[in-house]
Amino acid sequence: MARVGVFICHCGENIGRSVDCAAVAAAAAKMPGVVVGVDYKYMCSDPGQQMIKQAIQEKKLTGVIVGACSPRMHETTFRRAAAEAGLNPYLLEMANLREHCSWVHQDREAATAKAIDLVRVMVEKVKRNRRLFPIRVPVEPTALVIGGGIAGIQAALDIANGGKKVILVEKSPSLGGHMARLSETFPTLDCSQCILTPRMVEAASHPNITLMTYCEVEAVEGFVGNFDVTVRKKARFVDPTKCTGCGSCYQKCPAKKIPSEFDARLGNRTAIYTPFPQAVPNKPVIDAEHCIMLTKGKCGACAKVCPRGAINYKDQDEHVKIKVGAIVLATGFELWDHSAYGEYGAGRLKDVIDGFQFERLASASGPTGGEIRRPSDGTAPQTVVFIKCCGSRDEKIGKSYCSKICCMYIAKHAMLYKHKVHGGRAVVFYMDIRAAGKGYDEFVRRAIEEDGVEYVRGRVSRVYRRADGKLIVRGADTLAGQPVTIEADMVVLADAIVPRQGAESLAQMLGVAYDTNGFYSEAHPKLRPVETATAGVFLAGACQAPKDIPDTVAQAGAAAAKVLGLFANPELEREPVVARVNQVTCVHCRACINACPYHAIEDFDITDSKGNVLRTVARVNEGLCQGCGTCVAVCRSNSIDLDGFTDEQIYAEIETLE
Amino acid sequence: MTKAHESHEPTLAEKLHKATGANVVECYQCGKCTAGCPMARFMDLAPSQVMRLVQIGDAAALAKLLTSTAIWSCAGCLTCTERCPKKLDPAAVMDGLREMSYRRGMVSARQKKVLAFHRAFLKLVEHTGRMSEMPLTGLYKMTTGDFFSDVTLAPAMMLRGKLPLVPKTVRHRKEMRRLFAACRQGGER
Amino acid sequence: MTLIGYYPGCSLHGTGRELDQSIRALSEVAGVELKEIEDWNCCGATAAHCLSHDLAVALPYRCLALAEQQGMKEVLAPCAACFSRLKGTAVRLERSAELMARMKELTGHDFHGGVKLLNIIEYINFLLAHGLKEKLNPALTGLKVAPYYGCLLARGEDVITDNAEHPTGMEAAIRATGAEPVEWNFAVECCGGGFSMSKTEAVLDLSHAILADAEAAGAQLIVAGCPMCHSNLDMRQQTINAAGMGNHDLPILYLSELVGLAAGLDPARLGLDRHFVDAMRLAPGRA
Repeated sequence: MARVGVFICHCGENIGRSVDCAAVAAAAAKMPGVVVGVDYKYMCSDPGQQMIKQAIQEKKLTGVIVGACSPRMHETTFRRAAAEAGLNPYLLEMANLREHCSWVHQDREAATAKAIDLVRVMVEKVKRNRRLFPIRVPVEPTALVIGGGIAGIQAALDIANGGKKVILVEKSPSLGGHMARLSETFPTLDCSQCILTPRMVEAASHPNITLMTYCEVEAVEGFVGNFDVTVRKKARFVDPTKCTGCGSCYQKCPAKKIPSEFDARLGNRTAIYTPFPQAVPNKPVIDAEHCIMLTKGKCGACAKVCPRGAINYKDQDEHVKIKVGAIVLATGFELWDHSAYGEYGAGRLKDVIDGFQFERLASASGPTGGEIRRPSDGTAPQTVVFIKCCGSRDEKIGKSYCSKICCMYIAKHAMLYKHKVHGGRAVVFYMDIRAAGKGYDEFVRRAIEEDGVEYVRGRVSRVYRRADGKLIVRGADTLAGQPVTIEADMVVLADAIVPRQGAESLAQMLGVAYDTNGFYSEAHPKLRPVETATAGVFLAGACQAPKDIPDTVAQAGAAAAKVLGLFANPELEREPVVARVNQVTCVHCRACINACPYHAIEDFDITDSKGNVLRTVARVNEGLCQGCGTCVAVCRSNSIDLDGFTDEQIYAEIETLE
Repeated sequence: MTKAHESHEPTLAEKLHKATGANVVECYQCGKCTAGCPMARFMDLAPSQVMRLVQIGDAAALAKLLTSTAIWSCAGCLTCTERCPKKLDPAAVMDGLREMSYRRGMVSARQKKVLAFHRAFLKLVEHTGRMSEMPLTGLYKMTTGDFFSDVTLAPAMMLRGKLPLVPKTVRHRKEMRRLFAACRQGGER
Repeated sequence: MTLIGYYPGCSLHGTGRELDQSIRALSEVAGVELKEIEDWNCCGATAAHCLSHDLAVALPYRCLALAEQQGMKEVLAPCAACFSRLKGTAVRLERSAELMARMKELTGHDFHGGVKLLNIIEYINFLLAHGLKEKLNPALTGLKVAPYYGCLLARGEDVITDNAEHPTGMEAAIRATGAEPVEWNFAVECCGGGFSMSKTEAVLDLSHAILADAEAAGAQLIVAGCPMCHSNLDMRQQTINAAGMGNHDLPILYLSELVGLAAGLDPARLGLDRHFVDAMRLAPGRA
């Protein structure tokens, strides 16, 4: 026999203003199955909750309706209260009298009548509710961090220091990412490698971190707490257990003219190489595409000089399977290709360079030993023009968004140039100056006021190379209202920040959403910046949106905290609002399996005691099911139902209204 | 155009939006149009300032625009429109402002020659359906009183057969005059 | 014989006479008949779009309507400005039934769209693809040419299909003559256009910069596609030198003249004897 309690909340004035709550409570008390109908000013408050708990115990309630705000607001609150009073929390439902009623109607009489209807509907539902119990899923307390730049390194360290194991996968031969390529960082002008390499070493030597460099994630299956990941270990052709990093091999390698990716193609490397001298691990790999031995069967110089016999030309890619409970995506960014900008030379002018190329010129370990030199003739440029927003905030070519970090790094570049080339002229063409971080505005002002960098407000229409080698820059000064032409020796373009190549296919592999620009989507832009909509997959760094190092490190720490939270319990508790298959009536048409957007339904063999398959049916994986109900809608034999929102319950709601 | 403004007298930006298809409100004053304009150094207002004044759109701004030399120094080269990162059309805005300036009789006195040239050109087309260098130059020089520049070019052109003495015309000359009259009736857009 | 409608435009009977001559001569060699639109009127050029939007559309509209009435499916407009007006209008009319109706009212003519416009570059590429290439003798080997597109053969969304910053439309034709297009910086810079008489100083300035850059790139001549550009660069070259701005001696040819030379046509027939800066010296066999 149903004994339902109905509690109507005034929500201060929010509901009480448009709905006669007392009348609703009184009407509810008369509904079939209802044994108590009361109203109160603030149901979610302590006395309000007490009221509910007391009624549950005293009146031995079998179900509770709280007529108040949206369940998204307080369903958890009230269900917890019910549980504390000894009532299964899934026997409590909310009737939304606020967002669905008082907030959208002015007519008090009509709103009250509607509120009564809404309560009546939910009473009929809750009478048919069954007790449900949270689903427990085991959690593998190992994290996978994809990406070995500062974001990945920080996340890995934080998780490892939290006592959990981490596998850090990086596709290039070394950790470090883009931060390792920078000369100095804003706003402190710290030497980038000096602050980064200690972390790289720490990550490599941490007992809880397993480093897998020169590896790529190939496939991901499973669900939160239980991911099965296949990683491809690319052939290094150098046995890292034997190699000591002495460097004899790359000193002797005859293939010396390969454009170095690390040096942004301003310098060269050999076929057997480490990307930079401070690489972690400091073990070279062979670039199979350019190695003379591997392509032509001749040479073998490195094998001849290696004192440890570590070279292995027969090396093959290897696939490794790992099991992890959480994944942190830290795949970073790259620069947009400015060859789309015909007016700036379409990428063909040697002395028109991008931000990373400038960093490599400025870097003490770069191709010019830290001297700013023109790529075309090696001379020191006397006038350098910096053009911001190249490809950003551009609806015609490029991206519509702002890339956030360029205003700061261009100020930095201009300052470094002025420090290195005394008497040189630095001109920055800008639309705005976005320097909102701590110490950031002061940094830009320092560039202008102390270092004499000239800031001109206006975009550049065209850059071309005059016959004498000078770059003619046609810009504008919108504040003075006139065009401005500069004869420059070098031009640095602040290209837009875009996600790395391959980011989209990785997202598809994981079932993670990304936006129209390819940046990974966070679960909520304001309140859930490091989670994705896919349970167990988290985000850190520029793969989510352009950002600077402090924000990246902070976000990496946040992602690590989420992972540690996930791992805090050996089991994961999930809401039991999941689909359930009636295996007796299921005909295995697989419509539900194909329709499920979360790949949460699988084929299941019903076997006899000897293991022979009697029938195959569909079965819902409670760990993955998100309770969306798509399968319920497509099932032709009516064999799937959704716990917490069964057909019976929903039809009862509808029929009550008719 | 925002719904809130539907019931009022259209702003200058709205009028030009209707005429050119580009909403000047979207201009974020980057200055790329000014940077690439071959005639900017001859203008009293830079092209981006023209766009800004259209955004302001009040009577004072309109007066400044319509009496400026800038709009008459524009060569219609389309560099601004081609490179505008917001896909706007400053060249078409210039056209729209020129038409307004002309119709309201507000053309800057310093742009007499440019206006005289255009008017002479159109006068010929109105009456003969075609433009021909000889009568065009004659008409232009009479209007501007500038008789002496380019004087040595005329015989050089004639020698090269580039200055036909008897210009061709269309057959349906009345039709041309009717067409011109109809367009004049049209009124400002 | 293929028939293409022909819209010479006002300048082709005057300052742009070489363009008219050379285009006609080339068409004959290629076996294409050019039929002039009967009773065509001036497209309005710059003057119309500066002073009256209605006129700027109505004048080209009448020409398009006449072409359609006379059964022409394709029309060649060799002058870049005329082409820009005609094609720009055709595109606008296609997109706005309201505009079409208004033009019908203003002009009294019917037009249903469906007339395709060709500019000089597109037309010459068309001729090359239809047998003209085989008739060319690449006699101009080694001649360094600066292809000059100016404004209206490079820019104009929906009107020009070439890359606006680095157009290449003329390249095939130039190479077919044996000549070599050079890389230079001013291929799409404005020459000053219609300001020849009303702002002569600006024209001299801008045209001088174009000539200087072509020379710095090692060009022996400039190939242009617009009578206005041609006039500013050729007719005014003397004036530029006289003003002390430069010492230029660069022949300016139309693309059709250059191709015509490779087709073995008599230079005088092409109009090369009408230039201000001696162009006859470029004819194969002459010094």
